[in-house]
Amino acid sequence: MLSKRIIVCLDVRAGQLTKGIRFQGNVDIGDPVAAANEYYQAGADEIVFYDITASPEGRGIMVDVVARVAAQIFIPFSVGGGIRSVADMRRVILAGAEKVSINSEAVLNPELIAAGARALGRQCIVLGMDVKKVPPTATIPSGYEVVIHGGRTATGMDALQWAGEGEKLGAGEICLNSIDADGTAGGYDLNLTRLISTNVRIPIIASGGAGKPEHLCDVLTAGRADAALVASIVHYKTYSVGELKDYLQQRGVKVRRDF
Amino acid sequence: MIGIIDYQAGNITSVARALKYLGHGHLVSDDLKILDRASHIIFPGVGAAGAAMINLKKAGLDRWLAEYAASEKPLLGICLGAQIILEFSEEDNTTCLGLIAGSARRFPEGLTHRGELMKVPHMGWNQVHFCRNHPVFQDLRSGGEFYFVHSYFPVPVNDEWIAGRTAYGIEFCSILARKNIVACQFHSEKSGPLGLKLLDNFCRWDGRDAK
Repeated sequence: MLSKRIIVCLDVRAGQLTKGIRFQGNVDIGDPVAAANEYYQAGADEIVFYDITASPEGRGIMVDVVARVAAQIFIPFSVGGGIRSVADMRRVILAGAEKVSINSEAVLNPELIAAGARALGRQCIVLGMDVKKVPPTATIPSGYEVVIHGGRTATGMDALQWAGEGEKLGAGEICLNSIDADGTAGGYDLNLTRLISTNVRIPIIASGGAGKPEHLCDVLTAGRADAALVASIVHYKTYSVGELKDYLQQRGVKVRRDF
Repeated sequence: MIGIIDYQAGNITSVARALKYLGHGHLVSDDLKILDRASHIIFPGVGAAGAAMINLKKAGLDRWLAEYAASEKPLLGICLGAQIILEFSEEDNTTCLGLIAGSARRFPEGLTHRGELMKVPHMGWNQVHFCRNHPVFQDLRSGGEFYFVHSYFPVPVNDEWIAGRTAYGIEFCSILARKNIVACQFHSEKSGPLGLKLLDNFCRWDGRDAK
């Protein structure tokens, strides 16, 4: 059977790693290439690089970081942050990434999802969604609103509707980040994850809130996620990727152990 | 020299990168004269069968591949490459290369396992159970996990050509093997150390199937 994936997220700023806590007060914690290699060796199933300053400051992607990672890491990895055109996507893919993740850019220009899928294949396009809980309204019936620019800008869009539209436009996966849970280490937003995962037919990567192995287990079972994104929990050595997988396996969640 | 066929079907640079890491000399080309120099051919591919066949024909690679397959030199198909070596694909109802008798079929909609819907594409790490011995399986154990991304899978007409199977709502053929041809539905070049080992084994294979 298909394993549930543990995806390690590395936030990159100026070619260095950071881990944002609620997207503010970031601290540099090291070289992304070395870190990616460490997680590859430790059994991470996939790696995501997110250029955390790229979107607001309009910076490009660090293509040479991507190329250096691709020369030594032979698992899928994706790159997000500041990708605004198919040309941007192609640069990152040719440098060696398997997928690109688009978030704010997709909200501002939904056609980018379709154009990317046509040019590179659906499997290359990850729709990143930052979502915030709000009181349900006529325009946001699910009670989850899409926010952009790292959570600073509300869009008035319903997260469930946007997920469905993203799928229709050609996204191959959705990386669903709860702004409320992100950085709290209090667990993923299970309701949000289950809501989206059971209403689209593409894989859902749950993001935001992992603090304990139980949180991963919960989101991969009750939350119906296909993959769990982790960052601080492994960057700060609270748990290793191996320990997370040990726990999941004990709880009957199928994970990749043979690497 | 390992030849990697470049026919505008998605990103083939990751295969070249893996060979470089493994220390195998390789060339990436769509030029028949250059590909003629290769001792081994890797036929990768991401994308749709219809577009891929159009590109192959345009470059004359369809006939070149048929001739190559009839030689005794080793051929490795990867992902889409494992589908269009068959006679037909349900994707765009495409007539394919016919190097191995069979067709590529789509995962049926609505497959479930323990109440959970099997999403299509089948994306992620899954186990490959070997059905037989093969030189490219050397030092690999049956049941290891490889990285898949696909909506269609190979169905050869003869079950004896199924060298590996994987379960995803149904059991499907994840490795084909016949004579000098081996083809894997998963991305060996993105499947960590196990995938690299399989690629390395292929690059050292003489094309003889010591079945």
